[in-house]
Amino acid sequence: MSFLNSEEIHSFRNRILSLSGEDALRCTQCGKCSGGCPISPEMDQQPNQVLRLIQINDRQAVLSSSTIWLCASCRTCSVRCPEEIEIAKIMDVLRKLAVEEKFSLAEKQVVKFNEIFLDTVRKRGRVHELELMMRYNLAVHQPFKDAHLGPRMLARGKLGILGQKVKELSQVGEIFEKSKRFFKP
Amino acid sequence: MTESSHDERIELLTYAEVVEVKGFVGNFDVIIRKKPRYVDPLKCTGCGLCSEKCPTKTPNEWDLEMGMRKAIYKPFAQAVPNVPVIDPEHCRFFTSGKCKVCQKLCPAGAIDYEQKEERVQKKFGAIIVATGFAQFDPKVYGEYGGGRFKNVITGLHLERMLDPSGPTGGHVIRPSDQKEPKDVVFIQCVGSRDESKGVPYCSRICCMYTAKQAILLKDHYPNSQSYIFYIDIRAGGKNYEEFVRKAQREYGAIYIRGRVSRIFEKGEKLIVRGADTLIGKQVEVEADLVVLATAAVPQPDAIGLAKLLNIAHDSYGFYSEAHPKLQPVESLTKGIFLAGSCQFPKDIPDAVATSGTAAIRACGILSLDELILDPRIAAVNPDLCSGCLNCLEVCPFEAIEKTEVNGRVVARVIPTLCQGCGNCAATCRTQAASVQGFSEKQICSQIASIFQEMKKEKLFELSEQ
Amino acid sequence: MNVGYYPGCSLEKSAKEFDLSIRAVLKEMGVSLQEIPDWNCCGASPAHSMSEELSLALPYRNLVQAEEAGISKILSPCPACYSRLKYTQDEVAISSTLDRMRMITGREFRRSTESRHLLEFLKEDLGLERLKSAMKTSLQGMKVTSYYGCLTRLPAVVYDDQENPVIMDEIISTLGGEALDWSHKTECCGASFSVTRTEIALRLIHSILQAAKEREAECIAVVCPLCQSNLDTRQGDVNKEYGSHDQIPILYISQLIGLTQGLGYAQLGMDRLLIRPKGLLLQKGIFKK
Repeated sequence: MSFLNSEEIHSFRNRILSLSGEDALRCTQCGKCSGGCPISPEMDQQPNQVLRLIQINDRQAVLSSSTIWLCASCRTCSVRCPEEIEIAKIMDVLRKLAVEEKFSLAEKQVVKFNEIFLDTVRKRGRVHELELMMRYNLAVHQPFKDAHLGPRMLARGKLGILGQKVKELSQVGEIFEKSKRFFKP
Repeated sequence: MTESSHDERIELLTYAEVVEVKGFVGNFDVIIRKKPRYVDPLKCTGCGLCSEKCPTKTPNEWDLEMGMRKAIYKPFAQAVPNVPVIDPEHCRFFTSGKCKVCQKLCPAGAIDYEQKEERVQKKFGAIIVATGFAQFDPKVYGEYGGGRFKNVITGLHLERMLDPSGPTGGHVIRPSDQKEPKDVVFIQCVGSRDESKGVPYCSRICCMYTAKQAILLKDHYPNSQSYIFYIDIRAGGKNYEEFVRKAQREYGAIYIRGRVSRIFEKGEKLIVRGADTLIGKQVEVEADLVVLATAAVPQPDAIGLAKLLNIAHDSYGFYSEAHPKLQPVESLTKGIFLAGSCQFPKDIPDAVATSGTAAIRACGILSLDELILDPRIAAVNPDLCSGCLNCLEVCPFEAIEKTEVNGRVVARVIPTLCQGCGNCAATCRTQAASVQGFSEKQICSQIASIFQEMKKEKLFELSEQ
Repeated sequence: MNVGYYPGCSLEKSAKEFDLSIRAVLKEMGVSLQEIPDWNCCGASPAHSMSEELSLALPYRNLVQAEEAGISKILSPCPACYSRLKYTQDEVAISSTLDRMRMITGREFRRSTESRHLLEFLKEDLGLERLKSAMKTSLQGMKVTSYYGCLTRLPAVVYDDQENPVIMDEIISTLGGEALDWSHKTECCGASFSVTRTEIALRLIHSILQAAKEREAECIAVVCPLCQSNLDTRQGDVNKEYGSHDQIPILYISQLIGLTQGLGYAQLGMDRLLIRPKGLLLQKGIFKK
């Protein structure tokens, strides 16, 4: 049951508007985004439903959805939206909000992947793919995931054991330290 | 059309266009250009032998190029008058001096290659514009094939196919292989309600004609299945809602709420991928034929015609009515009326209604010897006028003329053309031009007395501004 | 011709064949590449999903490194890297964003560099004629479906049609291949879901492969390391999941160009692909033993 409160009804929409520059209220619920989204079959809320939930201020449903994490950022929705709403950008903002507001994240392994990816970048300046895969597999308790691909990839020289390193590593570290989740001009 | 061509009080000028309009309400001076048919309508009996024997074929515009026509042709079966016309761009005689088969065969000797363009100048009391609308070209939608998929057609293409005198003899077929379609998808709002690639407005007629087409298709092919992707169904009219329900309940059309995002070609079929927003799922339909209900847009030369007639139009190119509620058939130029979809897309009952209204309003002008005009028009006081003629430049209705008073050049407002907009009054440097009843002195005195009232009631705080 | 080069993390190892083939073909056409000194990861999707400032600051450092090295034009083969660099370049036109980047990195950017994507560079900067004149052999009418993925829709990417891009197809035609029109030119490959939700990626990869097969494609041309990896390394998994038996080689556009220039198999990194193209190339006569 949705209880709509006049004091609050615009608050989530306004938050998204100030963070992304996109107004969810422009959405006419035509469904073209959901119709073209490659991941639609696996999402719990369709993209148009996420926009609808923002319109009626259901923050909880939006930030705990799997949709925001299963979004592939392919921008099919954004380029086809007849109202020219940057839907993929809204999804990006929602991802950051969900983490910042410590919501129960629906696809924890996706967040884990992103965190480990960025951690290897922080430590080396460049992604270390082998470290990323190994740490990820451990984090999701699937140490032998894709192990069948390992030998073939190794034989083709696709897996770097050592990885690369940026020389001015302290600059990279500083970037990570100083960067905030949201940019407020 | 046939009736009006036989009425003694009506002179039908077909294959002609208006090239100049001067003057004002009750006294329009119009020059009409009559294009040469190369066929004498007084001799032609409409037997059709010329078209039958003409050796040149070219795509038929009326059938949206789904069929062919001859170089000597009648645009459509019910054309009035029942006289063909020669298309000089494709006719072998006009392009290379050969052939002349039509002239040789015509039993009435009606073919006249020497016919010239004629210009006719006449005076008219009123003008009614009924130039209709055009179809939006869906080729901008790359996601729907960008015009490359043969079996993705528009509603108008389907109409031509359903017409027994059309290019397919009334049979609906797939353009790619001439086969009967079984599964047909209709997509509403292609170009309409679209701020990104189309027009923001609703074209009004598509929900209803799509329902009609789905019903007719089922009549033609009882084994067919129609799927209609819509966002909202606009069925505001007498028996309209019931009609749409009939399409669903009695003719089995499946309505799916959601825009189509993509059409793919897969083998012989088309895969239509969209969303069903009512159940929150992506849907895919394998179709034999896809029909796009494209937006209704102004005719490509609408703005050009507006300039010629000196009537106002909106940012889309639809002609502006004088008042959206109270004066739907009057243009902003006195004496020129708007009928049908040139003002905005409308369905047949509304087009008929507005045409009737425009006609009676035009009669209203024609039945009078004198016209009563709105007194709120401008006038130029020749004593104050410096003769700079700036007002003439800014008048949107060309209602100011240069004249002489006592050997001095001054401006003069033509009362019948003036619409009282006040541009001249605002431009005039010497306060010579003003709208009657709204002179600068009068307006200033109104403002002064408002302030006097306010001062008394201490309502106005100047310090905050 | 001199141009800056930003390989990005994938091209260093897992997509080394992309790097190898680009370097080889550009060298053959007289283009010298100046790699951005000490470049860092652009952040790709994880950065813009987790932190806005990080997603701008990481590419920003690369732009500064390039500018300081006197590079005015940066070639970025990887669509994600290209998009992030270009997006950052566009965003720092706003002074408040530029100020913030300066504060985070402590570095000045005078905005004198610009980014180019590989396809843009090949078509606009080099031109199809240049590619043609460097040909020693042709693609012998090989049937190729060009797969663009989300490239033409990415933020800040504004060339070629978003729904029906054609640049890669034009290159294939110029090289003597048969560029097939097909339905899945721009359908998503699943990106990093190949790792985090493998079944989703397999489903998407399967439909792409099926669509290519439907047109009787002999190979698929790609321009993105992630797309290549998904379509190539996961092809076996897709076969297992869906009971198919596909063996469609997935080749980088630069590798296809290199083949027509008569460059070596290992030189173009062909031996690093999981689905081996050798048989196809020999059969077509593109590659002589």
